[in-house]
Amino acid sequence: MSALSACEIAAKVRKKEISALEVAKGFLENAKKQDPRLKVFIKIHGDPFMASAEALDEKIRTGGAPGRLAGVPVAIKDNMNVDGWETTCASKILEGFKATYDATAIKKLKAEDALLLGKTNLDEFAMGSSTENSAFFTTKNPWDISRVPGGSSGGSAAAVAAGITPLSLGSDTGGSIRQPASFCGVLGLKPTYGRVSRFGLVAFASSLDQIGPFARDAQDLALLLSVISGKDPMDSTSSDEPVPDYAAALAKGTGPLKLGVPKEYFAKGLDAEIKEKVLAAVKVFEKAGAKIEDVSLPHMSSAIEVYYILAPSEASANLARFDGIRYGHRTKEAKNLLELYEKSRDEGFGPEVKRRIMLGTYALSSGYYDAFYLKAQKVRTLICQDFEAAFKKVDALITPTAPTPAFKIGDKTSDPLQMYLSDVYTISCNLAGIPGMSVPCGFSKEKLPVGFQILGRPFEEARMLQMAAFYQSQTAWHKETPPLN
Amino acid sequence: MALTKKDVEHVARLARLSLTDKEKENLTEQLGKILGYIEKLNETDAAGVPPTAHPFAVTPALREDKTFRWSPAESILKNAPEHEEGFFKVKKVIEG
Repeated sequence: MSALSACEIAAKVRKKEISALEVAKGFLENAKKQDPRLKVFIKIHGDPFMASAEALDEKIRTGGAPGRLAGVPVAIKDNMNVDGWETTCASKILEGFKATYDATAIKKLKAEDALLLGKTNLDEFAMGSSTENSAFFTTKNPWDISRVPGGSSGGSAAAVAAGITPLSLGSDTGGSIRQPASFCGVLGLKPTYGRVSRFGLVAFASSLDQIGPFARDAQDLALLLSVISGKDPMDSTSSDEPVPDYAAALAKGTGPLKLGVPKEYFAKGLDAEIKEKVLAAVKVFEKAGAKIEDVSLPHMSSAIEVYYILAPSEASANLARFDGIRYGHRTKEAKNLLELYEKSRDEGFGPEVKRRIMLGTYALSSGYYDAFYLKAQKVRTLICQDFEAAFKKVDALITPTAPTPAFKIGDKTSDPLQMYLSDVYTISCNLAGIPGMSVPCGFSKEKLPVGFQILGRPFEEARMLQMAAFYQSQTAWHKETPPLN
Repeated sequence: MALTKKDVEHVARLARLSLTDKEKENLTEQLGKILGYIEKLNETDAAGVPPTAHPFAVTPALREDKTFRWSPAESILKNAPEHEEGFFKVKKVIEG
């Protein structure tokens, strides 16, 4: 059952070849079997999962039209609201918090008859690159359980890699979908800023955050992106750019392509094996007639500094709402209101979240605003301009997704700066708002997945999906599955 | 970049975080190191470049000023650590 793709499940349910209940039973059983080993879920919501399958079967029996995701199990990163379910953000500060409404992306999944299996693990408030910052536990990489799945959407990436669900949702502020996709050997897409509504996604850095899909093949990814995209009156930054039929776009193929290989992404610090595999992926396109050009993004080297000023600054403002008053953890020690704020927050937030709140507060504080925050916003403009210039020459860029394959659990926890530097290839995409996607392109000698990244023009997700579909038609990396024990 | 424990205490107060001594010590060192790295930004010349707050130019997103029903207040209040008669309950704000 877990080998079926989302498109196959939806087609079978629609044709009544299989009932949604049968699908749900199979997937729930498998999830319960695999989760103790991989620690993918913060919570498996088995009862509502089965109930939604039964309701779908009833709807089909009584002549209702099944939705585009009919009977497809989907795992949800636990920083998105599902009505009535806890949203933890993998943080102690949200202890006991139950969402009172559906995020727009969730509402759209439900409207298309998807079955929501549960909430997946993440780095606390999506801050991290390994899920080691989760207040609860670390998710294991299905390819090697001594290694991290990447982060912050590590649970959602691992769920799809292990065949626990064919689809999942993550969020990406600086690489949190693409880096775990590359570590776990699945497809992960961060859409253009504004493509998917952020309403009901717990905000980390509002000018960078974007919800996006994980899947094993391009057809499934296209299906999920079609469902969640679109303008939403509840998110004023969502775009009214029309949503193309991504699945139909795939049938058309890529057409002639001009691809850029930015030299800054292949400089020192890149693992030799990854470099070789990414350049081999470029060759696959070249052999099919794509024109390959060297391009330069000269300000890419500043992206880490810019990101680690702007993202924590926005986070320090967004996380001010966690104050022990309206929801979540409240200290038992406070004598007055100030102490209530300060102690609730100190007890509730983990070390990385505190570090980023402190960093952001510092960058925004009087005397440092111009030197840090304003300067970073100006260099952000230069980074955007680099991409604009590159996209005048080429249709898309190909780069590595991450500088190394999945690292060992515990390897980087003692040095936060080292952890930040592992985001080097993914963060400039968020700063520029452009779409980015990781595509599996082979394995290291240690049998760890490697991914390449496609960066596209704003709202050209269709072209990127066409590229991924073409690549997957020429290679078989995405068909390999991780060991079961 | 050298950061003192006093700097950390000042920022922690602004951020409404009561930190333990151990946390203050760690953060003094870690933030110093991170800021030291971030200071590399000074080497990039951005004189005269306009700042970017948002990746795309946004047109004002105005909608009709209309009220609509939201989830019942009780379900929202249920999430509060303490509430009373439809209000969130906090410590005394005014002394005396």
